[in-house]
Amino acid sequence: MLPTDAGDPSHFRKVVDCQWACPAQTPVPEYIRLIAHGRHSDAYMVNWKSNVFPGILGRTCDRPCEPACRRGRVEDETLTGSRKEPVAICRLKRVAADNKDDITGRLPKAAFSNGRRVACVGGGPASLTVARDLAAIGYRVDIFDEGRLGGMIRTQIPRFRLPESVIDEECGYAIGVGDVVVDRTRVDSLKDLIGRGYDAIFVGTGAPRGRALNLPGAAEGASNIRLGIEWLASVSFGHTTAIGRRVIVLGGGNTAIDCCRTARRLGGDKVSVVVRSGFEEMKASPWEKEDALAEDVEILNYLAPKSFVVEGGRLAGMTFQPVKAIYDEKGRRDLVPTGEPDRLIPCDDVLVAVGQENAFPWIERDIGLEFLPSGLPKLDPATLRSTLPNVFFGGDSAFGPKNIIWAVAHGHEAAVSIDRFCEGEDVSKRPPPGVTVISQKMGIHEWSYDNDITIDPRTKVPHLGKAVAIGDIRAEVELGYDLQLALKEARRCLNCDVQTVFSAVQCIECDACTDICPMDSITFTENGDEADLRTRLSAPALNPEQDLYVSPALKTGRIMVKDEDVCLHCGLCAERCPTGAWDMQKYLVEMSHAGCRS
Amino acid sequence: MTYIAKPKLHHPALPQNEAGFTRRDYEGTISTLCAGCGHDSISAAIIHACFELNIEPHRVAKLSGIGCSSKSPTYFLGNSHGFNTVHGRMPSVLTGANLANRELIYLGVSGDGDSASIGLGQFAHVMRRGVNMLYVVMNNGVYGLTKGQFSATADRGSRSKKGAVNADAPIDLASLAILMGATFVARSFSGDKTQLVPLIKAAIAHEGAAILDVISPCVAFNNHAGSTKSYDYVREHNEAVNRLDIFTGQPPIRADYAPGTVTEVEQHDGSVLRLRKLDEAYDPSDKAGALAHIQEHHAAGEIVTGLLYFDPTPGDLHHGLNTVKAPLASLADGELCPGPAVLAKINAGLR
Repeated sequence: MLPTDAGDPSHFRKVVDCQWACPAQTPVPEYIRLIAHGRHSDAYMVNWKSNVFPGILGRTCDRPCEPACRRGRVEDETLTGSRKEPVAICRLKRVAADNKDDITGRLPKAAFSNGRRVACVGGGPASLTVARDLAAIGYRVDIFDEGRLGGMIRTQIPRFRLPESVIDEECGYAIGVGDVVVDRTRVDSLKDLIGRGYDAIFVGTGAPRGRALNLPGAAEGASNIRLGIEWLASVSFGHTTAIGRRVIVLGGGNTAIDCCRTARRLGGDKVSVVVRSGFEEMKASPWEKEDALAEDVEILNYLAPKSFVVEGGRLAGMTFQPVKAIYDEKGRRDLVPTGEPDRLIPCDDVLVAVGQENAFPWIERDIGLEFLPSGLPKLDPATLRSTLPNVFFGGDSAFGPKNIIWAVAHGHEAAVSIDRFCEGEDVSKRPPPGVTVISQKMGIHEWSYDNDITIDPRTKVPHLGKAVAIGDIRAEVELGYDLQLALKEARRCLNCDVQTVFSAVQCIECDACTDICPMDSITFTENGDEADLRTRLSAPALNPEQDLYVSPALKTGRIMVKDEDVCLHCGLCAERCPTGAWDMQKYLVEMSHAGCRS
Repeated sequence: MTYIAKPKLHHPALPQNEAGFTRRDYEGTISTLCAGCGHDSISAAIIHACFELNIEPHRVAKLSGIGCSSKSPTYFLGNSHGFNTVHGRMPSVLTGANLANRELIYLGVSGDGDSASIGLGQFAHVMRRGVNMLYVVMNNGVYGLTKGQFSATADRGSRSKKGAVNADAPIDLASLAILMGATFVARSFSGDKTQLVPLIKAAIAHEGAAILDVISPCVAFNNHAGSTKSYDYVREHNEAVNRLDIFTGQPPIRADYAPGTVTEVEQHDGSVLRLRKLDEAYDPSDKAGALAHIQEHHAAGEIVTGLLYFDPTPGDLHHGLNTVKAPLASLADGELCPGPAVLAKINAGLR
């Protein structure tokens, strides 16, 4: 293999699994260290810069970082007494938000107006991100939304998961950085909006339409069949305050889970989530499913909805066909009937949460903005630009339903695109991330980070008692970590951004690093191609997702190969290195947002 | 020294051996030796060897004298018996322990100061008595604990870190051990585990006096230009006479080698040593030839490594003394003290 170029940050960026997995590239280990030091405001600002909504995301994020967390690969059940689990990254983020001081003085403020105007259609997380990034550097941003700011954050996420005060606070921070005007009128025509002379237009209208199920009986039972996201919005605004005793929720995603837990609080005491797929394949996050089960919701799998049963003009139940999953040789799944008789599940109400669709009735089809057959706009995925050079998309309206953190990431990218477009620069050229490299060496065996690896299992987040939680739809269920629990959990972070950096010229090949490495990550061996090398290391490197770190040839002609996969970043290689050939260096990588001129 | 304990977490694919242990189970506490010390590499090699030999840790007794080398048993085999003895007196204590219980595996750990100066007499006698053990000398040519004075194994003409030139002739412990009657004599280098680990395994399997003289660079005081025990010097002047593979428990895998280049020898415990010759003329069963070879190459500034001398049918101390096979601790009172009648009989025999 060719030696790894340590000067190019791309190798080390990938080592920080959590940050690499975060669509907004939040520097996770950096803010977890700050939390451990009690510097909650600093931790909040690291988050705020990257993901705009730390308090909201600290409760509701889809957490792509956590399945990626190295801790989930390196823990040993016999040592922790628990299953392998990632650091509770998401809930630590909430600790920063809960315990910060007043940070308003730290928010950026536009120093001057640059005279440019941008319109954001929709007031959800993507638009708010665009508004924040652009207003802070002098743009005037008009946000158009009929409702209050927050978009799906406000309408679809139940209050028992996310208090309204947090939404108000963080939407306020986002628009408080400069000249942002919220216009609570509906945009009915993109053509008309274009005609108003904006320098650029951002569309962040989400995926506002719930998918219906047109099964036999749907028309007759319509008064007791509701679309999940519409029903959640109606509950959120206080228009709906009750539901029948027996409730069926159709669908296996996070919306279905929000529906069933909300139904439990509005009088549903026999609530069943019925899903076509198996339990494991459900789209809902594992922790969401756990929370639902903890509230006595029943999850029924491998049942395909067949019909609504209406008796005496009123919905009485649903029939389902039992199915099973079969896989073809390419691993593709097909659900086929098992042949068992249909199953009738009696119910009073049905909530349909089988998917969401995009809807752009307000965009004229003759203005040059092209759509794909799927109904989504034709976009350049890197720049989020549509076929109209001054119109950009982001969030669920760009590529279909995803989640808040993706919307934020889109918002940042779209803001970069808009800024470059307005400045007359090539939109396809993206600014490189900012990288700060700092050695962590303090003394011969002292590092400026905590390198003593704990084997504590993941800390559970305290919950409100079930009876109280079910009884009050506005009572937040998760209480969040207190400072002691937060410190305990923060210590589980392996500081993967503190990188093992190797200098071949200083190495005397004494083997000290190989001998001390608890994970057998380091090998000195003859060079070879990657597939060959992976098999003959101290421990086989079986995870192709994780790169090998390869040195140039050493004095003996051998090379140093480090498998980054399970490195604990304990720094013992550097402590036991007599010549300083290994050093622990923090790679702080921050995405460049709008206004960054490389 | 490192302040934190080595993390308990290990590679998810860390294998277990036939005895049910992982390699990590053979570790000790974290080393307090200087970073980069060759001794730590030797400790790691011992850990590898014991893991691969499926040795149960409680069957090993590690004994050492005084010095950096003799600290190192704390850093491996944390679940084995250990005795940190007096300076240069490890061989006596080891001999006594072996006499009392021959069922344990004895690992004597010493250094060039401990063995070649204060303990030279003990070293000679433990070899000539043929005590069944592996005697490891972690040989760095300096007194590291007292800041790097020359030891008795430092080569004449080599320079200290401060520039002083050594005027005394060196003691070659490998040659001395051959002369004294050790039946397994090898030399290796802490920076070459592919050579060192099989030698440790074969020496443990050897049922007689086995000695490994391991050149182990002192990074703090003897790893400079002018030293003949630095990483660079040893790598440049290492003349390996053979490569050893050891097969235990199962017959060796057949491999094709040019005729005359490979010898296979079965040891008393059933293990098979396969020696691949790197020096065609070298015969490790020829005592006089081995001594001459070592001397010639030393005169040329080269360090001969590999299995230097080997007697596949060693006798040991117990054989000569006709001692009881069972450990003394397992004998009942009647066997240990057979009574006045037996004593009278012995006395009568001496009259």
